[in-house]
Amino acid sequence: MPATKKVHVTTTINGEEIDFLCEPRHSLLEVLRDNLGLTGSKEGCNNGNCGACTVLLNGRPVDSCLVLGVEVEGAEIETVEGIACSSSLHPVQECFLEGAALQCGICTPGFLVAAKALLDKDPHASEETIRFNLAGNLCRCTGYDKIVRAVQAAGQRMSADA
Amino acid sequence: MATVFIPSQLRELSDGIPSVEIDAKNVREIVNQLDEMFPGFKERICLDGDIAPSLQVSIDNIMTSRGMIAKVQPHSEVHFIPAIGGG
Amino acid sequence: MTTTQYRVIGSRPVRHDGADKVTGKAIYTADMKLPGMLSGFVLRSPHAHAKILSIDTSEAEAMPGVHAVVTGADFPNVEDKIADLGEGSVNLAYLSTNCMAQKKVLYRGHAVAAVAATDVHIAEEAAAKIKVEYEVLDSVTWVLDAMQDDAPLLHENLLTDSLGKKAETPSNIPVHMHFEKGDVAAGFAEADVIIEREFKTATVHQGYIEPHAVVADYNEDGRLRIWTATQGSFTCRQQTAEVLQIPLGNVLVTPCEIGGGFGGKITVYLEPTAALLSKKSGRPVRITMTRADVFEASGPTPGSYMRIKLGAKNDGTIVAGEAWLAYDAGAYPGGMIGPGCMCVFSCYDIEHAVVDGYDVCLNKPKTSAYRAPGATQVAFAVEQLVDELAEKLDMCALEIREKNAVKEGARRVDGPVYPPIGLEQCLDALKQSEHWNTPLEGPHRGRGIAAGFWFGCGLKSSAACTVNSDGTINLLEGSTDIGGSRTSIAMQLAEVLGLEAEDINPQVGDTDTAGYTDVTGGSRVTFATGMAAYEAGRDLQQQMKTLAAELWDCSAEEITVNEDGSFSGNGNQLGFKELASQLFAAGEHLVGRATVSPECPTNGFGAHIADVEVDPETGKVTILRYTTIQDAGKAIHPSYVEGQLQGGTVQGIGWALNEEYFFNDDDTMANADFLDYRVPTMLDVPMIETIIVETGNPDHPYGVRGVGETPIVPPPAALANAIYNATNTRMTELPMSPPKLWKAMQSDPSAD
Repeated sequence: MPATKKVHVTTTINGEEIDFLCEPRHSLLEVLRDNLGLTGSKEGCNNGNCGACTVLLNGRPVDSCLVLGVEVEGAEIETVEGIACSSSLHPVQECFLEGAALQCGICTPGFLVAAKALLDKDPHASEETIRFNLAGNLCRCTGYDKIVRAVQAAGQRMSADA
Repeated sequence: MATVFIPSQLRELSDGIPSVEIDAKNVREIVNQLDEMFPGFKERICLDGDIAPSLQVSIDNIMTSRGMIAKVQPHSEVHFIPAIGGG
Repeated sequence: MTTTQYRVIGSRPVRHDGADKVTGKAIYTADMKLPGMLSGFVLRSPHAHAKILSIDTSEAEAMPGVHAVVTGADFPNVEDKIADLGEGSVNLAYLSTNCMAQKKVLYRGHAVAAVAATDVHIAEEAAAKIKVEYEVLDSVTWVLDAMQDDAPLLHENLLTDSLGKKAETPSNIPVHMHFEKGDVAAGFAEADVIIEREFKTATVHQGYIEPHAVVADYNEDGRLRIWTATQGSFTCRQQTAEVLQIPLGNVLVTPCEIGGGFGGKITVYLEPTAALLSKKSGRPVRITMTRADVFEASGPTPGSYMRIKLGAKNDGTIVAGEAWLAYDAGAYPGGMIGPGCMCVFSCYDIEHAVVDGYDVCLNKPKTSAYRAPGATQVAFAVEQLVDELAEKLDMCALEIREKNAVKEGARRVDGPVYPPIGLEQCLDALKQSEHWNTPLEGPHRGRGIAAGFWFGCGLKSSAACTVNSDGTINLLEGSTDIGGSRTSIAMQLAEVLGLEAEDINPQVGDTDTAGYTDVTGGSRVTFATGMAAYEAGRDLQQQMKTLAAELWDCSAEEITVNEDGSFSGNGNQLGFKELASQLFAAGEHLVGRATVSPECPTNGFGAHIADVEVDPETGKVTILRYTTIQDAGKAIHPSYVEGQLQGGTVQGIGWALNEEYFFNDDDTMANADFLDYRVPTMLDVPMIETIIVETGNPDHPYGVRGVGETPIVPPPAALANAIYNATNTRMTELPMSPPKLWKAMQSDPSAD
């Protein structure tokens, strides 16, 4: 099969306007990682089952392995690299560290993105709501206990800061 | 004298005797003496002149990978057991 | 209980690599990019068992963008040599042909060729153009079938080894083990109650979220550099050098951050292939496995068949045990049967016992370790039989365990005698726990308990610490950090020197810079590499005493290192940092170093409590409450000890309730993705309560025992016992997934 013609895409990533060329078959995850050097989003399964590649697309968490690069024309994307504000960590990042909510860290970017999206809407999310909303993110190291607690703690810190 | 346990699969060589007392400074001396007592013993547990890599030697509370040169104390208890790895 | 007061040990500092890991900056292998780097793709067997008649790569090689193609013909012919890998050994011929098939493929997913191209999609398209002609052979995936005389043979010359004695005719059984203690016939004759059951467990996978990945750069001068996701850079270096038959010193392995391993990232799969592609193309090559590759072609842990019999006297004393175990080895010999045999009766002091174990080759990927390898299967069986004995004897499940629990001096079935251990203390903590003392009420609900054991090993570790001019320290060690071990190691160095954890800058070195260090596995890193860091700190203190003696005009013997790490002598007293700064200013700079190779198992025991509710309509098990209790010896960083307990427990829950390899009629795997091989999600489990027991390990300066592996052992058994108490149905097969439990509940006449 001859290489397919590349498509020009303009989008906003972590607040910055970016344009890139990609083949129609390239996923958003491939574009982020291979074309743009944003390797914080991880590939765990490449079929939407592990959540390690979670990014926000127009404010909604999506598995970036299931989105095509060409689909994000004109969209706003937020990745794990955009969560920290200038030199300080976001409360959800702080709480993951303080609460030891990561071990190997490969699933952490996806969890942080998904958790921030939830807490932005509902900083007082209950344990059940957190478990429901983050069930698309797999972690094989922690057993989830400390992740749930970290998300709860981050919600509290965000509402106290607000 | 160290108490050396004969692995159950090698008791066919020892006439069913489960353990023997051996005066030895290290595993090499034990293996050599066992081979004299029970001909063929060494061949069963050694490879290229050392303890086979599928085995390790338990001496009291340690599981040593030092093979033939592992030291034995006068009242040590010695076993030949499978080598194990962890996850 | 240890009573020593520590400053750093037992505190919960933020891990040193934390910020990198919450901002996406941490570099995992798949994140690596080198100038000119190509992408590799591995073509894999679609068949479970077949002869390779021919491979034609010409069309693939001609494709634009393709820079190299390799097949088994490019691999050196290695003999049946046994390579000692520190933690276990491996037959090189098997290791090599598992990386790339030669004459036969032995499982679906077995690598047959690989392509390097400018883009992974081009590499994949090129791989599709490689023509492989197969002659499909009969295959076998169930362990008892594979043991039959008429089973399809995987290896024509494989003769069963019974401790050095070879069988005369080939079979699929590489090893038969046998252990005996006491007089088992007399033991059963003495028993008032005897229970015997068969158990089966499915093949399961470690399920680390990061697929295997490697970058190889083979220089023209013969130097091979590898960046990889490995649990042990030194064993990776050795395996790669042996498979490629090149000098060890030509290989540099740099361990990247690693996204989980659990025992599955010790064996090499991709490294030799990537190296050969790089050699052929003259460019660096990166290969990452797909998730399907991970399931089909890395190393799951054994499925098993077990027949176990226990006998007890009316007073509850378990007097006799008999176990017959057959574990999957997978396509090549060398499964987890050894530790399975050694762990089957490891929690109970049984006077008469006999164990037979068989390692069995069949057409599944070669099995690997998975957290306490081999122990979870046998615990699932034995811990249920112990409950059944208790029920028959009208005893409480806890009482029978307390009565028979191993303690110091108990003799194991494989021979050795336990040193001081903590099972009794764990059971005592269970008895005192709020969970155990809170009644569970309601229909279809039940509570179960189970004990578990894993050895925990020492092996070789090294550490070096360079003192900076301000008295802070750069710590170089060689243990790949999978779960925060940099910090638990640094904390031990900080403790001995009187520093804070933040004063230490720990780094995981590569195989050229770090001293030899065995794998991150066997629950050994905080124990052994922590011990190396402690000893390196002691080495620094010795050097500083000698130098301070000159500074303070006295003899080194007159200088004391105080408990807070400060130095005093001849009327002077300075803290570590102050003295280090003064020495630096005086022209001295310091490097402490240590190598250790502790050989004593750390003996990790645990006990779990599970409360479940079973839906009688569907067989679905909901876990209402779960408590994990474990003897950590001494918890260096309690948060990460809790994390190990919780993580291992949830993996055990997945193994218990849902995870299994399904096979199609042609013995190919039917569920090689996370949708159908469903590991627990956040919604499937409750909070995991933890109780850390600290009995202190006399073989470690701070009393550490390994904790990583034991927590996976009890969950299937604890849940099976809870399910029985909820439904009156004994589950003897894993997983206890809804369809299986529902079916068992229908057929069990004693069920609700």
